[in-house]
Amino acid sequence: MSEPLVRLRFRVNGRAVDVEAHPMARLLDVLRTQLHLTGTKEGCGEGECGACSVLLDGRLVNSCLVPFIHAGGAALVTIEGVADGDRLHAVQRAFIACGGAQCGICTPGMVLAATDLLSRNPAPSSDDIRVALAGNLCRCTGYMRIFEAVVSAMRGGEAT
Amino acid sequence: MPPDPAIGRAIPRREGVAKVTGRARYIDDLTLPGMLHGLTVRSPVARGIIHDIRYKPGVPWDEITIVTAADIPGQNVVALILEDQPYLADGRVNHPEEPILLLAHHDKHMLEEARRLVEFDIEPLKPVFSVDDALSGEPVIWGDDNLFKSYLVGRGDVETAFIEASIVVEGEYETGAQEQLYIEPNGMLAVANEESGLTVWGSMQCPFYIHKSLAGLFAWPLERIRVVQMETGGGFGGKEEYPSVIAGHAALLAWKSGRPVKLVYDRAEDMVATTKRHPSRTRHRTAVSRDGRLLAMDIDFVIDGGAYCTLSPVVLSRGTIHASGPYFCPNVRIRGRAVATNVPPHGAFRGFGAPQSIFALERHMDRVAAAVGIEPDELRRRNFIRPGQVSAVGQVMRDQVDMDAILARALELSAYHDKRERFARENQSGRTRRGIGLATFMHGAGFTGSGEDLLASVVTVEGTAEGRVRVLSASTEIGQGTNTIFAQIAADALGIDPDDIEVAQPDTAIVPNSGPTVASRTCMVVGKLLETACRSLLKVLVDSGHLSGAGGDVRAACRAYFQERGAPRASSQYVPRVGARWDDERYEGDAYGSYAWAAYVAEVTVDLDTYEIRVDDFVAVQEVGRVIHPVLATGQIEGGVAQAIGWALYEDVVWREGRMANAQMTNYIMPTSVDLPTIRVHFEEVPYEGGPGGAKGIGELPMDGPAPAIANAVAHATGVDVRRVPFTPEALAQLLEVARV
Amino acid sequence: MRSWLAQHEMRSAKTLDEALMILAAGDVAPFAGGTDLMVLLEAGKLPKRRFLDVWRVPELRGITATDDETVIGALSTYTDLLESSIVAAAYPLLCAAARETGAVAIQNRGTVGGNIANASPAADLPPALLVYDAELELASVRGTRRVPYHAFHSGYKKMDLAPDELIVSVRLPRPSGAQRQSYRKVGTRRAQAISKICFAGVVEFLPHAGLPPEEGSRTSATGGGSRTIRQIRIAFGSVAPTVVRARAAEAVLRGRTVDPQTIAEARRALVEDIAPIDDLRSTANYRLTVAGNLLEEFLS
Repeated sequence: MSEPLVRLRFRVNGRAVDVEAHPMARLLDVLRTQLHLTGTKEGCGEGECGACSVLLDGRLVNSCLVPFIHAGGAALVTIEGVADGDRLHAVQRAFIACGGAQCGICTPGMVLAATDLLSRNPAPSSDDIRVALAGNLCRCTGYMRIFEAVVSAMRGGEAT
Repeated sequence: MPPDPAIGRAIPRREGVAKVTGRARYIDDLTLPGMLHGLTVRSPVARGIIHDIRYKPGVPWDEITIVTAADIPGQNVVALILEDQPYLADGRVNHPEEPILLLAHHDKHMLEEARRLVEFDIEPLKPVFSVDDALSGEPVIWGDDNLFKSYLVGRGDVETAFIEASIVVEGEYETGAQEQLYIEPNGMLAVANEESGLTVWGSMQCPFYIHKSLAGLFAWPLERIRVVQMETGGGFGGKEEYPSVIAGHAALLAWKSGRPVKLVYDRAEDMVATTKRHPSRTRHRTAVSRDGRLLAMDIDFVIDGGAYCTLSPVVLSRGTIHASGPYFCPNVRIRGRAVATNVPPHGAFRGFGAPQSIFALERHMDRVAAAVGIEPDELRRRNFIRPGQVSAVGQVMRDQVDMDAILARALELSAYHDKRERFARENQSGRTRRGIGLATFMHGAGFTGSGEDLLASVVTVEGTAEGRVRVLSASTEIGQGTNTIFAQIAADALGIDPDDIEVAQPDTAIVPNSGPTVASRTCMVVGKLLETACRSLLKVLVDSGHLSGAGGDVRAACRAYFQERGAPRASSQYVPRVGARWDDERYEGDAYGSYAWAAYVAEVTVDLDTYEIRVDDFVAVQEVGRVIHPVLATGQIEGGVAQAIGWALYEDVVWREGRMANAQMTNYIMPTSVDLPTIRVHFEEVPYEGGPGGAKGIGELPMDGPAPAIANAVAHATGVDVRRVPFTPEALAQLLEVARV
Repeated sequence: MRSWLAQHEMRSAKTLDEALMILAAGDVAPFAGGTDLMVLLEAGKLPKRRFLDVWRVPELRGITATDDETVIGALSTYTDLLESSIVAAAYPLLCAAARETGAVAIQNRGTVGGNIANASPAADLPPALLVYDAELELASVRGTRRVPYHAFHSGYKKMDLAPDELIVSVRLPRPSGAQRQSYRKVGTRRAQAISKICFAGVVEFLPHAGLPPEEGSRTSATGGGSRTIRQIRIAFGSVAPTVVRARAAEAVLRGRTVDPQTIAEARRALVEDIAPIDDLRSTANYRLTVAGNLLEEFLS
């Protein structure tokens, strides 16, 4: 039918990449094992926990559910691309100040979901925040410190 | 000038930057050259005799490393309390998903196909799945009587008290299994060879538990084995004892293949095969006077331990000791039993037996209050144990706790009385019912009884060439903030800035055995050792002449000392508490050095069309000795409350033939951000001299209160007598339908 | 990830014609957003070995409206539905359903066509599609045809869709008349949940004599007019092998005035329309009871 592997060009965190992989390889695995971007995590493999969240053409997606073949020509942003060099994003600073990260395994996905929310809705209500993060499970925090971090980032502050 | 004290301040989390940038390294982020992947092949049946193993064609079997029990160089035993659990089943299986053999290859996905191609010929034996069948020995599947452990504790004369009592209330309460559901599954990476010995990196809470178990597995001296903790994505007890199993498996594959082997579970395997919270059944019989004083408590507490002993005796112990709660009762009898069934062994999970027995007690107390004809909070007030009174296991309570005040604060913050009355009125009509309920409880920190004495934990601190001070302990950071609070404690004890404190990665090659990261002991017990070790380090520097005394430049002293004679070091080892009395035989005495005390209040809305129960508001008030770090401490309470809300309402393990049938996150339900209420946390502080800065342990405390508070709230809202958790809409619908008929 | 990728193949089509030709050659299954199929990939349980990626086929995208009908391309994601002013204005139950599906990341990738073709009785969009009298446009190399959605699912995971056919679009009649509409999904939790029971309803009441019907349609709005039902469509998910229209209950209600007696009769008729079971998520008893409660809530 077709060649088993495909070679695709796309951009990750602003950088052009050229990768060969099976078309049905999970984007999560391509990012972690071929591009060595291990910041994106696997928590469930079923699209339930959101630990694998990345931005694909500006949309939040679960990279465990995206086949590699959909990455061609796309612009991806992973957790490694959120900070501007050494300058942390406001959301990242707020997570540190407000205790939004405990064990940290959900944090990359959570940070991406939060930055995605604030880029679309600069003044979300507390309900908006809850809904935007509903696809990112956290077992450590009970979400309270995370909500506070998002509100803090929204207000441009470091701590409440 | 010494810096501001760090204790009590919300300094930034040590690994915060690494975690928010994705740079923190968890085990699956680690690769080594030539690494193979490992997989575990597991039993499809609950109990049986293995007659044959077949490897069907379809993969290159000659390339695959296979390990069975026959390959084990030392003892095929997972070292824990007893020696009943094998690393790999040898001839017999005793639970579904029991590991039988191990595979390794560089192609992880081909290996999955290989796993599907292994076929077992197992003659099934009759399994036991229920606590009643276990107790009646139908059949005997473990030891002589399916009993891992039993306790009988108490005081006074229960039987006479019942004969004389005017009001007796009985009840039976059940709790289901709960999956820890750390978002990072279990994983290990091992290198093992004759020249360099064995090194294992992984996700874990207790490096020295693994260390000891691997030594037995390989019959090697401890010095040939090194265990290193990587950044760990949640534990909650699920990575207390289980990691010894997966570490041993990775090590065996590494040994046989001669290559590094990484063994990481996917979510389905982690859920179906690893430990869960022990299910429980508690029977209460309580005699109470007409004016609401507890006269006698007769409690029968049974937990289901699964197929092997693991930590069941200790879970049982803690559940038994906490079974009569923060109350004074002159006549108490608590019988505790842990039984064997043919399900995967249950194990440590935050709370460790106490959430189970406290659920039963606090739900029962509301029913006792109703029988007496007084409000639930009034019954508690009339029975709180007071300083100087004796607990059920014979401990004279020394904590200067004021439970009345703690309860009053919780009731005030939640507007409990107003809502209690208002909801009863408003519930006369409409399609929703609202309720508010409470729970009062205490939680002992540290190992029970003589446990800490036996651990004899050690912490070491040393000065570096740059003039910083490094903390060497086995306590792991698993999200709760170990690294950060150790920096605060050490900084204050030394009079330097927390930025000048380093906390070494827990690596058995370089850190002493500070005991496991469990039992709410890290801050209180290990933190206290750290405090004293730091004071000893100061003495070392003073005695050397490099430090003038109070207010001197500690950093300069370290540098000077280091230049002259190498790193200045000091250690502190746990010594038994002065005046502490504990009788292991009779299981009585000073069970814990101190307790944290709490009152929690839950407010719920019940939808009468869908029977869904939503927690609208949650108030958690606790007395914790000293809050070391306000953000971290608040985070611990909020996170524990969230897990307990999950246990109370959502997290149902569905069992089929001894196996978890809903082993995916799609079907095992933990709360999302839209399911949980605002959780409001308030701390009181009555310093405990045995803890650093006065701090008590709090990690497990928040797991104890929410489930009974919610159950009591649902009972208030609907009149339904909740007796088990998880309490699902289906359960509520059934009870309401029955009530309607 | 338990699938052995070496055993699977996937290629992409760039146009509808190309896609249909590949499907016609046989032995290949369409792949859209992946939110269902990638979960099966993870579990090692993909039903097919060869897949055709249609994600970039332009003819399958877009949401447009004419006077008679609205055309929703099969590749419309839940987010597309939520961001479409056409859907928001005319089909609020589709928005309600899309909001209840998964969470943001799933909504950005799951598609209408994929949701229909996965044929789960617990799917979130189908009950809304049923009460909107949706029609599917199917295409193959042999031509296109339309199938009323209510006739599309014949049994558990069985559809009127040939192996060489692709769902191209969903067509919904433009709404007419004053309608009270309601969608309610009861999941295991309030997001990222498979439904335990799912309800969609659209009802038109007769006007009071002499008064014109109110314009427009609102979700769960109390319409103006009488309590006598002119037209009613009720659908349930997760209570039968397929998503179902509750026709027996509808028959009881059509032309009747809503009062406690009618509601009780409709609840009894509902028992004929649904066949709930016990499964990993819920029980037959619960589903039966709640189905009646949701119907009653809708009518009250």
